Amino acid sequence: MTDYTELSLADLRDGLKKKDFTSAEVTDAYIARIEGAAALNAFITPTPDIARDKAAESDAKLAKGEGGALEGVPLGIKDLFCTRDTLTTAASHILDGFHPKYESTVTTNLFGDGAVMLGKLNLDEFAMGSSNETSYYGDVVNPWRRTGDNATRIEAGKVVGGLTPGGSSGGSSSAVAARLCAAATATDTGGSIRQPAAFTGTVGLKPTYGRVSRWGIVAFASSLDQAGPITRTVRDSAIMLKSMAGHDPKDSTCIDRPVPDYEAVLGQGVKGLKIGVPKEYRIDGMPEEIEKLWQQGIDWMKDAGAEIVDISLPLTKYALPVYYIVAPAEASSNLARYDGVKYGLRVADDKDNITALYEKTRAAGFGDEVKRRILIGTYVLSAGYYDAYYIRAQKVRKKIFDEFQEAYKQVDLILTPSTPSSAFGLGEKKNADPVEMYLNDIFTVTANLAGLPGISVPAGLDGQGLPLGLQLIGRPFDEETLLRGADALEQSAGFTAKPDEWWV
Amino acid sequence: MSIDKETVRKVAKLARIAEPEERLEPLARELSGILDWIEMLQEVDVEGVEAMASTVEAQLPMREDVLTHDYTGGGKPEDIVANAPKTEDHFFVVPKVVE
Repeated sequence: MTDYTELSLADLRDGLKKKDFTSAEVTDAYIARIEGAAALNAFITPTPDIARDKAAESDAKLAKGEGGALEGVPLGIKDLFCTRDTLTTAASHILDGFHPKYESTVTTNLFGDGAVMLGKLNLDEFAMGSSNETSYYGDVVNPWRRTGDNATRIEAGKVVGGLTPGGSSGGSSSAVAARLCAAATATDTGGSIRQPAAFTGTVGLKPTYGRVSRWGIVAFASSLDQAGPITRTVRDSAIMLKSMAGHDPKDSTCIDRPVPDYEAVLGQGVKGLKIGVPKEYRIDGMPEEIEKLWQQGIDWMKDAGAEIVDISLPLTKYALPVYYIVAPAEASSNLARYDGVKYGLRVADDKDNITALYEKTRAAGFGDEVKRRILIGTYVLSAGYYDAYYIRAQKVRKKIFDEFQEAYKQVDLILTPSTPSSAFGLGEKKNADPVEMYLNDIFTVTANLAGLPGISVPAGLDGQGLPLGLQLIGRPFDEETLLRGADALEQSAGFTAKPDEWWV
Repeated sequence: MSIDKETVRKVAKLARIAEPEERLEPLARELSGILDWIEMLQEVDVEGVEAMASTVEAQLPMREDVLTHDYTGGGKPEDIVANAPKTEDHFFVVPKVVE
């Protein structure tokens, strides 16, 4: 019997259309797998009843030869996307009990194309984090483990020695890597799709800012946030993006331009493409394995007929400091709405005035990392510091943007490592300096500041048996060339490794 | 250290987050660590550079000034207050603000 959970999204879609199997069969197989994977803590809210009902509807359509592009395909949804009448938490205590009365545009698009929702996936609180350790609902565990004695294991019902699945989309990356859903939605503000994908041997695509509607996604930093998929293959990402993308009058930054058939570019190869290799991404203290993998990627692209061009992006080192002004500033403003009045948690006693109600609710409702960022954001926006910090950061951001524009006069794509390391242990950086954790996003954050599309493709394993990713960054709204490059990387890497199922 | 305890107290007040006294000192250290790192932006020459708020250059679209009837529109008071911790009729209930 076929194990449906082993099929790619593309194969599932095709098999469902051909009636080789039903959505009910596939959906049940996934529900059983999710139930057996509680140790990973990838889901905040599994929704098996919604999934079964939707699968039955899809099967009725498929039986008549009808249905959308994703008809009957089971997906996981990051719990940052508002889903009508289904608990939506952003992994924060402050959104306790929040059941939106509306549906995000992305999930509306996906469900409109026939996708089945298996549940809401765990994440860092308000997407603020790089390890999924800031979630109110607990750490997510990476299905991958180190080889040898310190490998992740279950002792007395508890996970010991677990690794991070990355963050903030750690539930999405863990669930896709562990075959708990065919694909997942995710969001990326500084690397939150690409870094978790790199840590879990999955493909993570952050589209151009403005390609996908942000409407109905819980906002973190509005000028940087962008939704995209985490999938098992490049083709699956192309399919997901086509469904997720498109103009939305409800998001004024979502651009009105046609959505191409991204799948059509796969297999075209990279012959004749110019691929830039920025020297500033060779950072101090980068493990030799990452350096080697990067060189391997360069050789793969060369062998596939691309021309390699050495480029320079001298402002790279300023990208993270810019990000840690702009993102907290926007977050402090966006998160002002959580006040204990309109939705979610309220903490106050009868004697409290309204200010005390706000202050107590927000103190109890937000976790430490979220508070830290709100305070930084409030500080850099406050009188006397606004010009020195916020305006200066926006000016440096403009220079970083211009630097990329210049680079794309010479090259079609830029190739870099996705992360400066493989997945680290949960708790290993918990008490470290916050800045050390922030450095995880050093290779990914530039694409957010410049609004560019980026993709992480699994490219190999390190000495501990953990996956490593390579990143491609493309021109704005040129996801087609980005996917062509990613497809070529995927073909060359031939990454077929899977985590062994220690959690079952 | 760029941020002291009193600044944290002030910023926490502005952000409407009740931070207990014993958290102010550690927060001052953490926030200073982040801000000291950010200081490197002072090295960059930004003379004559325009501040960039968004990478999207599109003009904000205009629309007719009429009541819309999709999710973003009016006419749904039950939906608006459905998730509120405390309501009365179609109002949010808060502690008395005016004496």
